[in-house]
Amino acid sequence: MSDQPNHTATVPGDNLAWQRVQLARHPKRPHALDYIQRLIRDFQELHGDRRFGDDPAIVAGMGFFEDRPVMIIGQQKGRDTKQKLYRNFGMPKPEGYRKAYRVMKLAEKFRRPVITLMDTPGAYPGVDAEERGQAEAIAWNLREMARLRTPIVCVVIGEGGSGGALGIGVGNRVYMMENAIYSVISPESCAAIIWRDAALAERAAAALKLTAQDLLRLGLIDGVIPEPPEGAHADYDQAAAFLRETLLQALDELARLSPEELVEQRYEKFRKMGNFFTEEPLPDWPF
Amino acid sequence: MAWFSRKKPTAPPPPGERTVRTEGLWEKCPGCSQILWRKTLQENLHVCPKCGYHFKIDALTRVKLLLDGEWEEHDRWMRSLDPLEFTDARPYKQRLATMQEKTKMLDAVISVTGKLHGRVVNLCVLELNFIGGSMGCVVGEKITRAIERSLAQRIPLIIVSASGGARMQEGAVSLMQMAKISAALMRLDEAAVPYISVLTDPTTGGVTASFAMLGDLNIAEPGALIGFAGPRVIEQTIRQKLPEGFQRSEFLLQHGFLDAVVKRSELKSYIAKALNVFCGPL
Ligand SMILES: [Zn+2]
Repeated sequence: MSDQPNHTATVPGDNLAWQRVQLARHPKRPHALDYIQRLIRDFQELHGDRRFGDDPAIVAGMGFFEDRPVMIIGQQKGRDTKQKLYRNFGMPKPEGYRKAYRVMKLAEKFRRPVITLMDTPGAYPGVDAEERGQAEAIAWNLREMARLRTPIVCVVIGEGGSGGALGIGVGNRVYMMENAIYSVISPESCAAIIWRDAALAERAAAALKLTAQDLLRLGLIDGVIPEPPEGAHADYDQAAAFLRETLLQALDELARLSPEELVEQRYEKFRKMGNFFTEEPLPDWPF
Repeated sequence: MAWFSRKKPTAPPPPGERTVRTEGLWEKCPGCSQILWRKTLQENLHVCPKCGYHFKIDALTRVKLLLDGEWEEHDRWMRSLDPLEFTDARPYKQRLATMQEKTKMLDAVISVTGKLHGRVVNLCVLELNFIGGSMGCVVGEKITRAIERSLAQRIPLIIVSASGGARMQEGAVSLMQMAKISAALMRLDEAAVPYISVLTDPTTGGVTASFAMLGDLNIAEPGALIGFAGPRVIEQTIRQKLPEGFQRSEFLLQHGFLDAVVKRSELKSYIAKALNVFCGPL
């Protein structure tokens, strides 16, 4: 790496953001199914979008969480090469988002809460995904999740890759695991755009403010779920226990709201996001 | 057709550029490579008279193209306070200032109320020249307010997109604008107030993956690049060249994601007719 421009030197040695990017992508990090296995009793997976196919990058199903019937949807990465390919590295296609939507509508029909676990580098950027309307599938979910008349609790468990994550991320509560990230663009792509050098990703990671603490400070999430001291990969059971605690509390609180109140609360929560502007007139402005 | 007669005050080019820059008068058509006189092009709504190529036009030109005459601008002073204190090659605040000077806009969207063939409409137009028409908190808030205005007054909404997507420099704040706007569109949908989405060249990323694809009608100008991922990203993923016409308006029409591809010269009357059906004739 001797040909790297010298401005990498300005990245502090304790670049927490970059460390968290690496933890969020850690090959041993618990994935959606690892949590589902620990948190959901009698889990039954539900396949297919009834339109085109079944997307293994999104797992959807139902079961019991602490004796409550729930529907759960998670973006799923693979661990070995074969699984990674099967799961398309956790990058969903339109049929994945449409399957998620279908299962959410089932949840609404039977008045069951929805839990979503976000963990994706992004929605799949491929020819077939474009042909089948990747953008439309995500857009659809954003609007339809906003009006779902049942509780939705979303948790970024690993990588919150832009619109690909948000496509299952419009909830009454949105949390991030302590070492998860949530970003509008990957640090590598950001660095490639700014410095034309993906190797400067660590610098971009810090600039993008993508850690759980950053998003909490910006008012974009409701809370940060602790992980075991070394990170979630070090102790799946402990990580799942922390997640359980938060989910339980959130579902308890939301169970008290009527369907109308749930829709209203979710709307107001997102409506307030991004209040970082001024409207003070500029007397010298051209026209 | 009075809208093109008002000349924009143009600053004289810097001395060194006067001799080399001919695009003040002439423009080469990317569609057919013909050299076109700029005035001819302007009079033809910035569409190539030879091959029909639709040149990109700025937001103000678009407003003039779609509205009858006068309009009221909303939220005109709104500008970003740089939520991330983002610095890349230079501070984002500086980039904003440069863009504001260059485009005479404070951010990448203009939001107006005016009349379209006599019918009052709310119109938002994205400005591609302002950081690629990207959506940060200002675009998100101005569009959301326009939706709320449409909802409160039951006025049809038109959004003309031209954007690379969410604005990188505002990070996850930009991302959440997708959800915020889509949620507002849910309310508009519930109230059955018409929303027409017009997609122009190019519309990609988080803008396509939120409001641009959520119109009661999604219509596009011919030949516009429309997609979720940009073509270069896809080429890197699949490691091969993309076929001709991939992600263009006609491709999306064929795959079922557009109601129609409409020529610029017919856009206004197309929208007027659609609103006659949705709202009843005037
Ligand atoms: Zn031409």
